[in-house]
Amino acid sequence: MNPFAEYVIAFLLLLGGAFTLIGAIGLARLPDFFTRLHGPTKATTLGVGAIMLSSVIYFTARGEGIGISEVLITVFLFMTAPVSANILAKAAMHIGVNTMEGTEGKPWEQ
Amino acid sequence: MLDRLSFPQPWLSLILFVTWQFLSDGISGGSVVLGLLLAWAIPQLTQGFWPERPSFMRFWLMPRYLARVIKDIIVASFQVAALILSPRQPRPAFVCYPLELEHPLAISILASTISLTPGTVSVDVSDDQRLLLVHALDAENDQQVIDAIRTRYEQPLLEMFK
Repeated sequence: MNPFAEYVIAFLLLLGGAFTLIGAIGLARLPDFFTRLHGPTKATTLGVGAIMLSSVIYFTARGEGIGISEVLITVFLFMTAPVSANILAKAAMHIGVNTMEGTEGKPWEQ
Repeated sequence: MLDRLSFPQPWLSLILFVTWQFLSDGISGGSVVLGLLLAWAIPQLTQGFWPERPSFMRFWLMPRYLARVIKDIIVASFQVAALILSPRQPRPAFVCYPLELEHPLAISILASTISLTPGTVSVDVSDDQRLLLVHALDAENDQQVIDAIRTRYEQPLLEMFK
């Protein structure tokens, strides 16, 4: 395989892994439910995006055709991640989860 | 009986059919038959969930919008990562965003975009569809969040759904 492609793949894998790890750290470190929601939902967008891209480049560089299924996985993930984040946030608002001190504004009641 | 065999949403059916061809290993007789069956059945089953179609939509503006969203995701991911790793506490805020968009599909695209870009999650839409509740992870003030969403995402969507 082209050494340049190998460097790109390794870089993307490291980047994706780092963002997924940071997302997990955010889940553990951030103080309340709503701020924790930001960690994992965002780690999937860039972390998984980078890992999928490296997979596409790997299979293309090996001459096994362009990995369309990886692209589809990314598209499906990008379509479903906001929906699940939205439902989680809505459910938390409905049952009145406590927010951290210093949060500006309030979730509304309706 | 015959109207049951129709395709109520031809574009959705086409997208489903093409997606199925990509998902199955190579195009074969079986994948075409199953693809056609899915392209017929899924729009029939989900018809009740779809909002009425927008009167006019400029699809060709979509790639520019997507490119901007992807760029924002990358830039903002680094900002959120730096915030998570730094010892200081975030300054979260609930922001009420006054919507200018009216079409339900446009609002759901805007809400999904807000959730995808790091640092903001859309929480709820008010019953009259005039306000969007957004949770920002680190906001200096509300107006800044509102202005960023308005200029970066809502204006292009308004152009698309005029």
